[in-house]
Amino acid sequence: MIGQVQTDARERPLEFRDRRDNLAILGFWFFLGSDVVLFSCLFAVYAVFQGRVAAGPTPRQLISLGPVLVETVALLTSSFTCGLAIAAMRRGRTGPLAAWLGVTMLLGAGFVGMEIHEFATDVRLFGTWHQSGFLSAFFTLVGTHGGHVSFGVLWGAALLVLLWRQGLTPRVARRLYTFSLYWHFLDIVWVFIFTVVYLAGKIT
Amino acid sequence: MTHLLAQLFPPSVLRPMELGADASIVIATVAIAAFLTRKRRWGWLWREWLTTVDHKKIGIMYLIAAMLGLFRGGVDALLLRTQLAVPQNTFLGAEHYNEIFTTHGTIMVFFMAMPFIFALFNIAIPLMIGARDVAFPRLNAISFWLFAFAFLLFNMSFVVGGSPNAGWTAYAPLTELRFNPSVGENYYLLALQISGIGTIATGINFLVTILRLRAPGMTLMRMPLFAWSALITSSLIIFAFPALTVALALTMLDRLFGSSFFTIGHAGMPMMYVNLFWIWGHPEVYILVLPAFGIFSEVVATFSGKALFGYPAMVGSMIAISLLSYGVWVHHFFTMGAGAAVNAFFGISTMLIAIPTGVKVFNWIFTMWGGRVRTTCAMLWQLAFIPTFVIGGATGVMLAVVPGDYQFHNSYFLVAHFHNVLIGGVVFGLFSGLYYWWPKMFGYTLNERQGKWAFWFFLIGFWVTFFPQYLLGLEGMTRRIYIYPHGLGWSLPNLVSTGGAYAMGVGFVILVYSIAYSARHKDLDLTGDPWDGRTLEWSMPSPAPEYNFAVLPKVSTRDAWWTMKQAGRTSIRLGEIEPITLPKNTGMPFLLGLSFFVAGLGAVFSWWPVALAGLGGVLALLVWGWFVETGDHVIPAHEVRRSETLPGRLEA
Ligand code: HEM
Ligand SMILES: [Cu+2]
Repeated sequence: MIGQVQTDARERPLEFRDRRDNLAILGFWFFLGSDVVLFSCLFAVYAVFQGRVAAGPTPRQLISLGPVLVETVALLTSSFTCGLAIAAMRRGRTGPLAAWLGVTMLLGAGFVGMEIHEFATDVRLFGTWHQSGFLSAFFTLVGTHGGHVSFGVLWGAALLVLLWRQGLTPRVARRLYTFSLYWHFLDIVWVFIFTVVYLAGKIT
Repeated sequence: MTHLLAQLFPPSVLRPMELGADASIVIATVAIAAFLTRKRRWGWLWREWLTTVDHKKIGIMYLIAAMLGLFRGGVDALLLRTQLAVPQNTFLGAEHYNEIFTTHGTIMVFFMAMPFIFALFNIAIPLMIGARDVAFPRLNAISFWLFAFAFLLFNMSFVVGGSPNAGWTAYAPLTELRFNPSVGENYYLLALQISGIGTIATGINFLVTILRLRAPGMTLMRMPLFAWSALITSSLIIFAFPALTVALALTMLDRLFGSSFFTIGHAGMPMMYVNLFWIWGHPEVYILVLPAFGIFSEVVATFSGKALFGYPAMVGSMIAISLLSYGVWVHHFFTMGAGAAVNAFFGISTMLIAIPTGVKVFNWIFTMWGGRVRTTCAMLWQLAFIPTFVIGGATGVMLAVVPGDYQFHNSYFLVAHFHNVLIGGVVFGLFSGLYYWWPKMFGYTLNERQGKWAFWFFLIGFWVTFFPQYLLGLEGMTRRIYIYPHGLGWSLPNLVSTGGAYAMGVGFVILVYSIAYSARHKDLDLTGDPWDGRTLEWSMPSPAPEYNFAVLPKVSTRDAWWTMKQAGRTSIRLGEIEPITLPKNTGMPFLLGLSFFVAGLGAVFSWWPVALAGLGGVLALLVWGWFVETGDHVIPAHEVRRSETLPGRLEA
């Protein structure tokens, strides 16, 4: 079944041409499925812990939407630029690919920086997560996403080096493609975090 | 310095029993090292095994680990049963007893049953579906080494730092720092986290392998049932294990970084842990037992000389079980008091699982019906499994009756139930698979006569151990107590139960002896098909060659090999043999496991520089893996031809 070639292999996008890359992409989808469950559990924990504030702040007190909006714009834009990078890759244009990937990384790093700043401010104003179940769940859910993004930034940076060293081979194309899946996935998770944690937290 | 020593060697690791174990570990390690040095085998060990990406060798390493786990877990079990043999016994203290039942349960589930299952997946699945390799050979090795180093980490706990002591379920708030300040629970959390990553990777690997690497013509509905069970198990793994990851991670954050998830104060919520644990935990019991179902389905067909009865129903019932298994977790804590409606829902959903399970039992029986049943060892375990598992399932349904469970919960009745299904289902199945696929791994069969002795000791021992425990549960004996007074009517059943446990121990010793004996007096399997099998793994010589299939088979029916034999298409044509490309060995997976080990050990003792160094190693190896392709090696056609000529299956 593998690499069973319905169309001429050369007509397929670069990242799907090699049999192993094909397998890796499917495997990566399964990994993302598994990660969805991980985040679902953290969302469930957050939902249960939302009201468990003890002597600490409530969601409403903790959250200020201003910086979060900037973070959101940065991340959503980075998803768009990541899409542009893959579009450039499909056209085999290494220059724009590297440029858009670079922009994506910068936006991602900016997002992480702002989030760290947000967390530091929270701790300064309200104290550590030791204070309440709510704070623990908040920092863990948002922080797990932030950790994923940080890893993504490292990964993307390594891929830039890889692209520069090895050029746009099918293997490199596949790695870029799985990276882009990961990156869009984190964007979607963020949309949920923004809605469930920030918007809902500010409203109720 | 003294502080460090006190942390590393608390009194709990300096008890005579622990020191004795230390001494035997040292002696065994020195002996193995001396042997390897004398025979100049270190290079061989590294080249042939530690760096291998061959799924069959990885399977064998899993198998060795599983046997070690069975040994350690079994010794733990005998210690527990010895303490409970008579009332007011002073053999083990309370704390010691806690540690031993914790390590017993944890090892049996995570470091015996899981690796045993992965051993058989690795050995049999690619061969059964006509694949040359798994989808991700290097990831497969990574999974193994994460598991192996996690196993090492977990077992280190009783040598340095102290064992975990909060049960295999590790319920909060008992695992919180306030109640459990020693490092023991950290070992539990980190070891399971590390092996859990490997487990998820294995799930992904086998999903892709089975979905994409089947031989031409092997549609899903022509796959052997064991492959189906591996497919379904893998999907359960990738969707259930993240819940365990979260449960363990949050506990770890509480213990090491001061968060307040499961604490009593600060609005923490210990019940959340219990929910997360069982959202993983119930699917996990099916992760364990579905592969056994798959093995039995192969074994029963082969040794009845008939196609499996009701194949589509077998597949359907497995899928039904896997879906239902997500919706029953609350039955592990009916007594939490979630209210009548919630408990009724979960009670009924639990009972529903018995229906597809019953379908399977009938199909196995109907497969034997009218067949010529050969009672080899593999088949004996199957025959013992059916009644044993049925009784285990029936007591499960009793536990699912909510008002009843208020009585049975956490009593020896529960202990008997889950051993009934885990031993009678999972372990019997794995032993059956061990006997069945042994020749394919090593090229010789295990001694059947000794195997029967092991079987009878184990089976009778099993019932003598666990039947009295049902009675004890009904008499009110709760689980995890280490001592009980005279005069409750518990003394005799406990003594009998301990006797049974020792009989199972004898069965295990006979099995190990028999393996050693069979390795010395090899009863060679020259045909590659010692059981007159039905599926593709029996179409190749034993042990399976490195490249699996000289020529990938073409499949047109279920039981593909059986059909080929009927049609006389058992040999391969010389002209069809082409050079075969396989991935090269690599040391990266081993080093990755080692790095995780260092990171885990650092975290256990909160030595953050060490932990960071380990994580740095992990990242460095990952990046290295992106940049450096390990490459392939090609087995030339003439070499394939040569190794295929030996068993005489070539046709000019
Ligand atoms: C018809 C099938 C089954 C039913 C209806 C059933 C039902 C139950 C129920 C209601 C409990 C909770 C009892 C309590 O805590 O009071 C339980 C516990 C358990 N069952 Fe089953 N069960 C079934 C099959 C299995 C199978 C196939 C396995 C494993 C292969 C298994 C393993 C366990 C384990 C490990 C526990 C509890 C462990 C612990 O608390 O430490 N069960 N079962
Ligand atoms: Cu359950």
